[in-house]
Amino acid sequence: MTGAELVFVPLGAVALGSSVLVVTTDQLVRAALWLVVALGALAGCFLLLAAELVAWVQVLIYVGAVVVLLLFGIMLTRAPIGRSVDLDSGNRVAALVVALGTAGTLVTVVVGGFRTASIDLGDGSAGSAGTVGAGLFRYWVLPFELLSVLLLAALVGAIVLSRRDIGPRARDGGED
Amino acid sequence: MHVVYPVVLAALLFSVGVYGVLARRNAILVLMSVELMLNAVNLNLVTFDAWLKDTLASGQALTLFVIAIAAAEVGLGLAIVLLVFRNRSSIAVDQLRDLADRDAPSAVPGETVAEREAAR
Repeated sequence: MTGAELVFVPLGAVALGSSVLVVTTDQLVRAALWLVVALGALAGCFLLLAAELVAWVQVLIYVGAVVVLLLFGIMLTRAPIGRSVDLDSGNRVAALVVALGTAGTLVTVVVGGFRTASIDLGDGSAGSAGTVGAGLFRYWVLPFELLSVLLLAALVGAIVLSRRDIGPRARDGGED
Repeated sequence: MHVVYPVVLAALLFSVGVYGVLARRNAILVLMSVELMLNAVNLNLVTFDAWLKDTLASGQALTLFVIAIAAAEVGLGLAIVLLVFRNRSSIAVDQLRDLADRDAPSAVPGETVAEREAAR
């Protein structure tokens, strides 16, 4: 095992363990906080794979913005603080079977396919802001701009959905 | 570093996300599980970018795109969840059965088709 692998394995274990806690804990707010741990550990994995810019974007956007949005959602839906018994639906066993099947299939395939492959991280400049930025604005400009329009459309849509004073009027007898 | 470590971690994270999407009732927890699945995909993209040394930086550029799309998705998803909560006072995904097939067996144990038709 190389040094990078020695650091990667515990980081991966932290990411995996906290993501398991995200989907099994019976306290909503704690699920969001375990998600912070999982995403932070994954940012560390990105750093080990020399993807420096992606790691910091992950910290900024996921840990900083997405989890805060999710916490807002938890608060605004008046979720109970503390234990709630009804967070899992009735098809838990079926979900476990499907998830174990997915895990077994995927792990078998990737271990069989990449058993001998090895990453040469080089000097670690592959993921620096300069390299990724040059690639992004030299070869990926059109998707980048399209994505900005998509993001704008999504945010305008979110505003339209959440405001009460715009949008369709409530129909008579629509509630049943 | 072996490629196997990150891709196995990504596969396991994806499976955890699949379990969360299928097993959770609360719509916000379902969104969190979707985020876990997207992160597993991101880890794969970064790994293969580092392995193949792509000159276009495709893997990392696509990772940034996926992160931006995930942010858009979670914003829009939460707006929809809040709208559902405002109209129904509940965000349990297995109770939102207005679009369910009416001839299917009832999800509520003990409820017959006649009772459900009467409830309509």
